[in-house]
Amino acid sequence: MARMLMALPKRRRVLQTAGAVAALSTLGFPALVRGQGSALKVGVLLPRSGFQGFIGQSCQKGADIAPGVIKDLFGINVELMNADTETSVETARTRAERLIQEGAHVLVGPFDSGAASAIAQVAEQRGVPLIINIAAAPQITEQGYGYVFRNFPTAPELVTNGLALIGDLFQATSTVPRTAVYMHVNDTFGQANTKAIQAILPRLNQLPFKVVDTIAYDPATKDLTVEVSKAKATKADFVLLVSRLNDAIILRREMVKQRWNPMGLVSPGSPGMYEEQFYKALGKLSEYCISNVPWYDPKAPLTKTVEAAFRKQFPGDSLKFHALNVGFTFEAILIAADAYRRAKSTAAKPLTDAIRQTNITSRMMLGGPIKFNAKGQVEGIGSACIQNLKLSPTVVLPAAAAEAKPVFPAPDYKPA
Amino acid sequence: MDPVNVANLAVAGVLTGLVYGLMALGLSVIFGVVRIVNFAHGEMMTIAMYATIVLFAALGLDPFLAIVPVAGAFFVFGYALQTALINPFITRPEHSQFMLLVAVATIMVNALLMIFGPSARNAQLDYLLESVELGPLLLDRGKLYAAVVACATSGLLFALFKFTRVGTAIRACADNYLGARVVGLNVKRYYAFTFGVGAACVAVAGCMMCFLVDVTPVLGPAYTLLAFVIVIVGGLGSMSGALLGGVLIGVSEALAGLFIAPSAKSMFSFALLILVLLLRPQGLLGRKP
Amino acid sequence: MNRRAAALLALLATALLALPAVAGSYVLSVATLILFFAYTGQAWNVMMGFAGQLSLGHSLYVGVGAYAAAGLYFHYGIGPWAGLWLALVLCVLLGAAIGFLAFRFGISGVYFALLTIAFAEFTRIGFDHIDWLGGPGGLFIKVAQREHLDLANLRGPPAMFYYVMLALAASAFALCAWLLRSRAGYYWQAIREDEPAAQALGINTFRWKMLAIMISSAMTSVAGVFFAFYYNNLFPEQIFNIGRSIEIILGPVIGGVGTLFGPILGAAVLTMLADGITEALAALGIEIPGVKQVFYGIVLLGVVMFLPHGIWPTLARRLGLETKR
Repeated sequence: MARMLMALPKRRRVLQTAGAVAALSTLGFPALVRGQGSALKVGVLLPRSGFQGFIGQSCQKGADIAPGVIKDLFGINVELMNADTETSVETARTRAERLIQEGAHVLVGPFDSGAASAIAQVAEQRGVPLIINIAAAPQITEQGYGYVFRNFPTAPELVTNGLALIGDLFQATSTVPRTAVYMHVNDTFGQANTKAIQAILPRLNQLPFKVVDTIAYDPATKDLTVEVSKAKATKADFVLLVSRLNDAIILRREMVKQRWNPMGLVSPGSPGMYEEQFYKALGKLSEYCISNVPWYDPKAPLTKTVEAAFRKQFPGDSLKFHALNVGFTFEAILIAADAYRRAKSTAAKPLTDAIRQTNITSRMMLGGPIKFNAKGQVEGIGSACIQNLKLSPTVVLPAAAAEAKPVFPAPDYKPA
Repeated sequence: MDPVNVANLAVAGVLTGLVYGLMALGLSVIFGVVRIVNFAHGEMMTIAMYATIVLFAALGLDPFLAIVPVAGAFFVFGYALQTALINPFITRPEHSQFMLLVAVATIMVNALLMIFGPSARNAQLDYLLESVELGPLLLDRGKLYAAVVACATSGLLFALFKFTRVGTAIRACADNYLGARVVGLNVKRYYAFTFGVGAACVAVAGCMMCFLVDVTPVLGPAYTLLAFVIVIVGGLGSMSGALLGGVLIGVSEALAGLFIAPSAKSMFSFALLILVLLLRPQGLLGRKP
Repeated sequence: MNRRAAALLALLATALLALPAVAGSYVLSVATLILFFAYTGQAWNVMMGFAGQLSLGHSLYVGVGAYAAAGLYFHYGIGPWAGLWLALVLCVLLGAAIGFLAFRFGISGVYFALLTIAFAEFTRIGFDHIDWLGGPGGLFIKVAQREHLDLANLRGPPAMFYYVMLALAASAFALCAWLLRSRAGYYWQAIREDEPAAQALGINTFRWKMLAIMISSAMTSVAGVFFAFYYNNLFPEQIFNIGRSIEIILGPVIGGVGTLFGPILGAAVLTMLADGITEALAALGIEIPGVKQVFYGIVLLGVVMFLPHGIWPTLARRLGLETKR
């Protein structure tokens, strides 16, 4: 895979020669004016390198198609200012400061909860609105910030929706698994999910299963022999999994090597199993894995518009492999543009107030309208049950939006 | 705890440990002779892994066959690196050596990132997903092959150092720098040769590591650290020590993960390192300095 | 130091004091970062440059200091000036423990360096399992406001953080200058140059090495407290990372180990270099990840190879600032 320079939206003009840049640039000479006029400058912060580089680049595609689609929809010019957080919290913070210094009117990003917290502080301190595309740690919107908005469910919401869908799944397939082994990645995200599951699962009496064991693992691990061995020993009916991408791949392979075939691999709300890389790396071994995650509504008009734009700009690629990443990143910029349209100003205060008043009903992702509550959080974002069928993420629940029927248990299921 | 389960994990730990041991062997050889702390060791292995993957993707070359060209290339690379870059640093203070190799490692990791991107890669070989049954035990085929190659390579290396003239000369340089010079040995050339051999060792370990894990550009640092833990625990300058250290670390990580907590298994290795450094700094099989 | 050096120092001090008045928020944040690394570099320098003990796990003290103060603030509302004391005590004890174990058992050189790495890594994984301090999910301190100055709780505008860091860096500089000329300084340099000879002269090397590590760890812990209240979120994975330890020593090694100005110069050069490269790449439209770090590594390589004693000694000689060294 040769690294190619992606078609970059024109966002900066070359003003200083590279040579003199080292000293002068950091002295803060006023950033020379770029593109005056009525364009909304959106600072896009994503992890395009480092550990989460792959997913960050996926999100970037959502950002890249946004200006074109928004121009058609609202007639507004959106100018993107892209920055790489390098999957590092400090870099996220300095990049955010930098973007604001260079005149970003609103910030969008950054996919990761840790970076989101750091950028949220900068946004709050500088009084520039931040619209979070993807980050599930609940505490980000519990800090009492006035400039931070999140269009993504919190971990407790994700888990509630995810567990409910699991119940629906069992009903739809008439199965009654009694035991589950819960495996999770031991980082911010995994922890938030674990807390949510521990709080919510006991209350859901309609779910027939009990969690017999909880196994945590290091997100950077290369080897899950021990963990899978332990999980297999529990003889649980199925696996409840909260993972990232690489570990999901390693886990699935290890299950094959140890000849363990539970009823299924089900995620109540985590990335990994629906990402393109998962299919590429595992081929047919990726089949039947289930992720209950927010997804786009395949029947929504906005989805169709975005899909068309995506196909035009990335001809070799398919939107459904980037559904979540592109969808939420696009929606975040949509929110910014919509607020700008109503506020008719790029000044921070009116723009932020306009964002707070957002009420977008024609949206792309499944769920209620985009409307922020008092804490800057959008409520009512739904999840869908996504199963890997024929090497492609397929919506199997809710029935209204389904593209196929769910398959559970997996065909190679061997009772322990 | 089911005894078959424990046995399975212990055996898996031994197999993985042998591959770790091979990687550490390269480091032990370099450190033991040239006395330079190669902090770019893990990164070198990562490059070897990428080379293997590329050969597989482009030519369909099975990693077994890739060993020969990759190891050969790495020997040359190691020789050149030592001669050009590292030689002047042998007499420099440790922090300078450290910074030199950290700089080299940084360049390596990020060059890989530039060329290959951040996503994980691997050699998609069907036999890697199979397991071999040995009585009640289930052995990972890939790990088994890797372990066999690790043993074979170690054996070769051992033979090199014990039975050939070059090997004897290198051991002389390691034991007594001044004496070796007096006897007329071209120490600089032997140092370069040793570094080349160490690099070739790392290359073989890299080829075999492809059977165990997927490769990403940022794999290096963790393995550098692991190599150091193994070398210290096993004993500096002792080849069997490196293998023993590797096996010990592999097994202890597996069992610590099983009985304590999987996410804490690396803690165990570092605790072991601390203990060994304090109580027996020459390592288990090393000679007392 | 000679008259020229004193004049330049005064000029630098004035410039640093006046910076917030002329610089924007971004430049201030970069300057604060430079001062942070200048300070931690200086603290590390006490151990390495003065006493010759290579510590590659200094992130341990930053992390423990940060978590100590943050933990107290998060759970009990105790402000950073009080939390500072806990941070200091903990880190001094840690440093003493490591020092005792190492020096009593005669561990030095590369082995000592590896020991420090092992301790830092062990702690990193350990903190991932301490739920009371947030575990891997991180510890988030509430950020109340940014308008008014609340020095007691280290809450306020960026200029406040800048001045706090400037004060820390300046005091570290003064402390090190004093230490270097004190009896401790002479003994340390003797130990650094030739420990067996120093021992033969009757210097209790164990005692002085312990002093070095304890001072160094104490100083570094203060940086940790600052870090906690500046960034307001802590993750074990990041703060105890070996990459952090390397960042800490980059400044002094590039600037000049064992010198007073080395760490400061090194920190400034490296931070501006990193930023400059990012700017240059952006201006050229190159967005490939990893390019910046490759350049960074090459520059590092160059400095290590061709300026073995760091930039400062050569620079000082050129500027005629050296009296005798």
